[in-house]
Amino acid sequence: MEIILKADGTEHRIAVDPRTTLLDALRERLGIYGPKKGCDHGQCGACTILLDGKRINSCLALAVAHDRAEIITIEGLAADGKLHPMQRSFIEHDAFQCGYCTPGQIVSAVGMLAEAEAGWPSHVTGDLSAAEMPLTDEEIRERMSGNLCRCGAYANIVPAIRETFEGRVPQ
Amino acid sequence: MKPFRYERAEDISGAVATLARERTGEFLAGGTNLVDLMKLEVMQPDVLVDVRRLTSAEIEDLPDGWLRIGAAVTNSELAADLRIRSRYPVLSQAVLSGASGQLRNLATTGGNLLQRTRCAYFYDTTTPCNKREPGTGCSALEGCNADHAILGASEHCVATHPSDMAVAMTALDAKVRIQGPGGDREIPITELHRLPGEEPDRDTTLEHAELITAVDLPPMRFSASSRYRKVRERASYAFALVSVAAALEVRDGMVSDVRIALGGVAHKPWRARKAEDALRGRPATEDSFRGAAQAELAAAVPLGENAYKVPLAANVITRILLDLSEAR
Repeated sequence: MEIILKADGTEHRIAVDPRTTLLDALRERLGIYGPKKGCDHGQCGACTILLDGKRINSCLALAVAHDRAEIITIEGLAADGKLHPMQRSFIEHDAFQCGYCTPGQIVSAVGMLAEAEAGWPSHVTGDLSAAEMPLTDEEIRERMSGNLCRCGAYANIVPAIRETFEGRVPQ
Repeated sequence: MKPFRYERAEDISGAVATLARERTGEFLAGGTNLVDLMKLEVMQPDVLVDVRRLTSAEIEDLPDGWLRIGAAVTNSELAADLRIRSRYPVLSQAVLSGASGQLRNLATTGGNLLQRTRCAYFYDTTTPCNKREPGTGCSALEGCNADHAILGASEHCVATHPSDMAVAMTALDAKVRIQGPGGDREIPITELHRLPGEEPDRDTTLEHAELITAVDLPPMRFSASSRYRKVRERASYAFALVSVAAALEVRDGMVSDVRIALGGVAHKPWRARKAEDALRGRPATEDSFRGAAQAELAAAVPLGENAYKVPLAANVITRILLDLSEAR
């Protein structure tokens, strides 16, 4: 089936087998290797992309079901050759070791901050009716639980995300 | 993954008619569970009919205080809705306790209700499983069954229903709106999911090509006094060992009304009507709460590895009711 995907700002018209996931379409058809195939079952978050602005697991989304979707991957976060503040913060904080989960961590963190700014609560949010929701380390850990890091870089990932949220990443 | 045909339709009626013509097939919405099961070849539909853009993605106020949740409303949008958060906090909490941020952004209300069990044998195509392949036997009965059912199971299946959202909706007396080849109907959510009996391959009472279009929540005087508590093996992103959704109304120290539903204990979200009946008109005390929990769990039939769920469920019911009575 023929579909159109707008990935990292470029429109592509491709013919895909209905079995193709967005992850496989991006990697194998469009050559966008940033999103990683970890578990391929929606458990590890390495394949996280922004689909129409929302973070999702691209390994569980069939490409044919997302015709004309707007996709942002780790490769499309940098604007005008300048790294996204979340990317810079991960570098500043040494928030990775092997790096395999990192594209998913960073894209997920960008999507997560938009959710928090929109006032979406989480499982650890005490008062669901509160207007203000401080993004504590506990909140960051809960909201990022869909991204696994087997090197265990969490101790640096949490402050990298917190400082991006607080706008304390140097330009 | 086995090959399948992907079909779109103009509207809900067209989607229902398309699937009705097929011998095997499924509706596709978020796909977070279905696509995974197809990759593992646990499910092998001949056709997928995409309904994600067909059913409503809105939550709308109805006359008389009802709230209608369109089947395509994502789990994230449902949990974040201010009306749900203030009027039915148990439902927001239940949804937020399930899956991950990424999954909740894709998964829909209708799909959440229809997700399949996470029994490891159902997922493992090298082992017998009556749910996956009727007549082959149940591997969990004498196998690893620490996660399995303590209420309402049969000799053919001891799987549990994995949804958190459905447990909260069960406590809230939600109604499920369905469109099928034979027309529209609406059923209480307690009649959507079924116990395994002799047909564990059937999770629900839906007939072939029937589609969930919305879930309606009734007004409830005390639904703002409700919460969800989930016990699991890690702090986040895990299915429930036991979960409890409860709403409580106390007047002059007595329980005037109560709703309790349990997750992780049965093939369907378990409405604890025995516990509710034992509580109405009784003092709102720890003794009453524990007595009611034990009344419900008297029917429990533990397996080799899951007897811990009986006292665990009693403790969580008691605790959540105490919390609700003290929060007033």
